[in-house]
Amino acid sequence: MTVNEIHEKLKAEFGDAVGPLSEPKIDPFAVVKADRIVDVARFLKAAPGLELDHCNDLTGLDWPKRNVIEVVYHLFSYGHRHGIVLKVEADRANPVVPSVTGVWKAANWLERECYDMFGVVFAGHPDLRRVLLPDDWQGFPLRKDYQEHGGYHGITNERENPLVELRRLDEKHRAENPRPAPPPAAAAPPAPSTPPAPPAAKA
Amino acid sequence: MEKLILRRVGNTGEEMLLNFGPQHPSTHGVINFLVDTDGEVMKRAVPDVGYLHRSLEKIGEITGYPGFMPYTDRIDYVAAMFANEGYAIAVEKLIKVEVPPRAQWLRAISCELCRIASHLVSTGTMATDIGASTPLVHALRERERVNDLIEALCGARLTYNYHRIGGVAFDMPAGWRDKVLAFLDHFDTMLVEFDRLLSFNSIYVKRLANVAVITKEQAVDYGLVGPNLRGSGMDWDVRRDVPYGAYPNFKFEVPVGRGSRGTVGDTFDRYYVRVLEMKQSSQIVRQALDSIPDGEFMAKVPRKIKPEAGEAFSRVESARGEMAYYVVSDGTDKAYRVRARTGSYMAMGIIEDISPGLMVADLVALIASLDVVAPEIDR
Repeated sequence: MTVNEIHEKLKAEFGDAVGPLSEPKIDPFAVVKADRIVDVARFLKAAPGLELDHCNDLTGLDWPKRNVIEVVYHLFSYGHRHGIVLKVEADRANPVVPSVTGVWKAANWLERECYDMFGVVFAGHPDLRRVLLPDDWQGFPLRKDYQEHGGYHGITNERENPLVELRRLDEKHRAENPRPAPPPAAAAPPAPSTPPAPPAAKA
Repeated sequence: MEKLILRRVGNTGEEMLLNFGPQHPSTHGVINFLVDTDGEVMKRAVPDVGYLHRSLEKIGEITGYPGFMPYTDRIDYVAAMFANEGYAIAVEKLIKVEVPPRAQWLRAISCELCRIASHLVSTGTMATDIGASTPLVHALRERERVNDLIEALCGARLTYNYHRIGGVAFDMPAGWRDKVLAFLDHFDTMLVEFDRLLSFNSIYVKRLANVAVITKEQAVDYGLVGPNLRGSGMDWDVRRDVPYGAYPNFKFEVPVGRGSRGTVGDTFDRYYVRVLEMKQSSQIVRQALDSIPDGEFMAKVPRKIKPEAGEAFSRVESARGEMAYYVVSDGTDKAYRVRARTGSYMAMGIIEDISPGLMVADLVALIASLDVVAPEIDR
């Protein structure tokens, strides 16, 4: 089944809750209303002829200009070898999306990562904790406005240029071990600033 | 399990919480497993990952499109070719570039050699984890030869950075073809030796058969990919079923777990699928070397890559299963979002639900058979 046919089936079943298919620049997608995503997911997995049993990817996309965080679902069917991309939009200030863990167990860890990186709260998720980052980490790094906050528990994430430190060591060493005065024979040619004694002084 | 620390217990029979890792030789990298056990049988094992998180996806938004290629090596440094290829295919989709045939063949050859190297590490370390230390030496000896070949091709032994957006970095050097063929002749006999040494060793089989069975339904539901999925009896390979690159031109079989020594989907099946895959990879490389077309190895790609706004999704069959890249462009010369969905990450999701009732020692076999590589989980 092509993406268009899957999309038509979804349209017929859910009406306005499923948005139009995006113009196929490269990979098209459809936007689904957040409160219907679990029903849509159940339908896609169970409906005969669709059977999208493989939740290939679930991730987020941050759009600060539109004040929206998108959750992107890449779904695929092993049996029929077709798939569709769905998106759900959530408010950036309070992103809450129903969890599809009950439909695909693979979504469990994928949603945890999405929460970890984007702060999307998946309502109904059995174990929504941070995965990759420490539990007490502040902020959500893959958001576009994320600011590094200068370290973690006293471990700094900044260091000065190592060359600066080397130069400082050099200077310290030079100050502690002054160069011995060069022997007079090997002395550099007299600096031009010291003028030779004027011969007229003898007379 | 919120705050979990190692607790010493006085009385036997009491339950304890063990930190299995993060510095443990059989976790294949820096992973921690919080094991809830009474000493031998696990109540559950909860993976705690993230020790190797290097925020590669964020780096992908900062570097330009070609600049991210060396970073993809670091996603999975045991099988870096596939990470290269997946990213390259996704960006090629965005900028609509056709890859010349010779480059596609070179990609297939380099990837299959890399698959052999990766599976050798996987099977060898699995033997070590189970307690047989000799096979790892045999496996790494062969892997060195693959590394030598890949070094001759692209100058690097581990982080290859060989694939480029639009092709590959170098053509194969003179005389390389014969060297590869000579290696493959040797390698096919070595695989027989490996089977005799390890695969059908009765102690090894007894240790692995019927342990940590993952059914086909579970494997699909939890999103397992690659050899882990095929080990559970699912006949699926991205190279054959959603073909990309040069793969439609090659004939190869897709090994599937048959439960030949126990149940379908046990640790032995996942192990043996990898051994059989090495054999298939060897055949693919032979076919590719025989049929490699002449011509360019790099398409004409603009110096500054600036795709129009859009998004592309690519799937490649990595050594650790299907690897998916999702690249979003907003029309500038830097990616808006680079996402790598890796096989090891999906494999970690199933461990908590498979572990109840397993012995602690079987957890080692389970991790080894899932072939997780820590940097690929954490990225």
